[in-house]
Amino acid sequence: MTELIRVEGLHKSFGTLDVLKGIDLQVNAGETMVLLGSSGSGKSTLLRCINFMETPTSGRVYLNGEAVGTAAGGKTRYKEADLCKLRTRIGMVFQHFNLFPHMTVLQNVMEGQLTVLGRDKSEAQEKSMSQLTRVGLADKAAEYPSRLSGGQKQRVAIARALAMDPDVMLFDEVTSALDPELVGEVLKTMRQLAEEGMTMICVTHELGFAYHVANRVLFLDQGAIHEEGEPQTLLRNPQTQRMKEFLEGHALFKLPE
Amino acid sequence: MEWNFAPVLGGMDLLLWGLLNTLKITGLALAFGVPLGLGLALMRLSTLRPVSMVSAFIIEFFRTTPPLVQLFWFFFAFPILFSINMTPFTAAIVTFSIQSSAFFAEIFRSGIQSIDHGQWEGSKAIGMNRNQSLRRVILPQAVKRMIPAFMERSIELLKTTTLVSTIAYTDLMYQANDLAQRTFRPLEVYSVVALIYFVLIFGFSQLSIMVERRLAKSGEGTVG
Ligand SMILES: Nc1ncnc2c1ncn2[C@@H]1O[C@H](COP(=O)(O)OP(=O)(O)O)[C@@H](O)[C@H]1O
Ligand SMILES: [Mg+2]
Repeated sequence: MTELIRVEGLHKSFGTLDVLKGIDLQVNAGETMVLLGSSGSGKSTLLRCINFMETPTSGRVYLNGEAVGTAAGGKTRYKEADLCKLRTRIGMVFQHFNLFPHMTVLQNVMEGQLTVLGRDKSEAQEKSMSQLTRVGLADKAAEYPSRLSGGQKQRVAIARALAMDPDVMLFDEVTSALDPELVGEVLKTMRQLAEEGMTMICVTHELGFAYHVANRVLFLDQGAIHEEGEPQTLLRNPQTQRMKEFLEGHALFKLPE
Repeated sequence: MEWNFAPVLGGMDLLLWGLLNTLKITGLALAFGVPLGLGLALMRLSTLRPVSMVSAFIIEFFRTTPPLVQLFWFFFAFPILFSINMTPFTAAIVTFSIQSSAFFAEIFRSGIQSIDHGQWEGSKAIGMNRNQSLRRVILPQAVKRMIPAFMERSIELLKTTTLVSTIAYTDLMYQANDLAQRTFRPLEVYSVVALIYFVLIFGFSQLSIMVERRLAKSGEGTVG
């Protein structure tokens, strides 16, 4: 298995608040990893340190075996231009979509390809249409985001990230802002991506998705990884008290018999 | 008393010439003031404190001092300081460009700040740098929201340009003074001039309302 992402000794603090207290993890190509943890445990911060939306306080991140940033005298230096390039290879989807409201669906998906990757227009358009087809929204290409349902917006956001041809995709609670009846279509899209071999790290409270789709589940609590393992084992037999409590809090989720 | 518009009509070419100069000064001050205002706004929003503070000072200074004082300073004081010549035209352009840029900077700043932080995040996540985010995502949305404030400020600018008559630049106001004195018909002259300003500014603001409506109607909102 080829390693795609590796995180070593990652610390992140905001002022005096230590949010991540030494995270080590590895994601192999084609794997789907689910991050579980209660609110405030540092899940978003961890994802955001992986694509450098936040700069880690210390520790290293490796993409395809290559360390991000250059070590210089005990500190790691990051060049903004390098980080921008890195972010084109790590797609991210947010809870609140963050689509560009002044652009049509198609323009949203083309934007990064044109402005950042410098693809020519016809190539970008072709690529965008194929990604929109992949998420089932080719017929909405000419609409503005304000005309779409939450579930459709989120699938456009997924297509926008995919259009950059990323090596890995990060999902940060992408169904949390959706009406319950719209959650399914987004999870289905994510499941389809996983089955097509996309490498994914997903923060989600959808334990059913974790159980059926993830290769590996990590349980994060107070900025540290407390448990890690295959979903079928870990979700049935959590070892730590904290994870037991966390799972009991998700009473709605019933594990298949 | 009796109204007699004949002398005004006779001097109409003078007034129109003045009107043209008024529009020229307003237009040029806008052409320089808007980009300068954007620059000041970006400096003001910079995370580098000295840069932000310099910009804040310039903005506050030109927003709080009377425009007539600024105009006199650039026309009478500035040439002494740098021993160069200032024509009334140059002084007017310099003054009103900088003066309106201070106001435009505040309009840009609040426009940019009104855009949801998620827009920066969304563009950053697809690899855009700060400039690209600003140019492609933030400003196009911010500018739309700025249109009413922008129009209002442009109208203010047009009115403020009447001050250039005090340094003998032949704008509409200067020509009006000239005509009124020569024809002894201040009543008719200033009435006509007021009407010209009214038509100009009223037309301008109607136009801006139309633009706003059109933008509101097209599907592209600034939220969602
Ligand atoms: N930019 C920030 N500045 C200060 N504190 C932050 C920032 N981002 C997150 N935090 C804090 O870090 C902690 C973890 O946040 P987060 O990673 O969002 O948790 P989760 O996604 O697991 O709910 C919280 O206490 C939050 O208040
Ligand atoms: Mg979060």
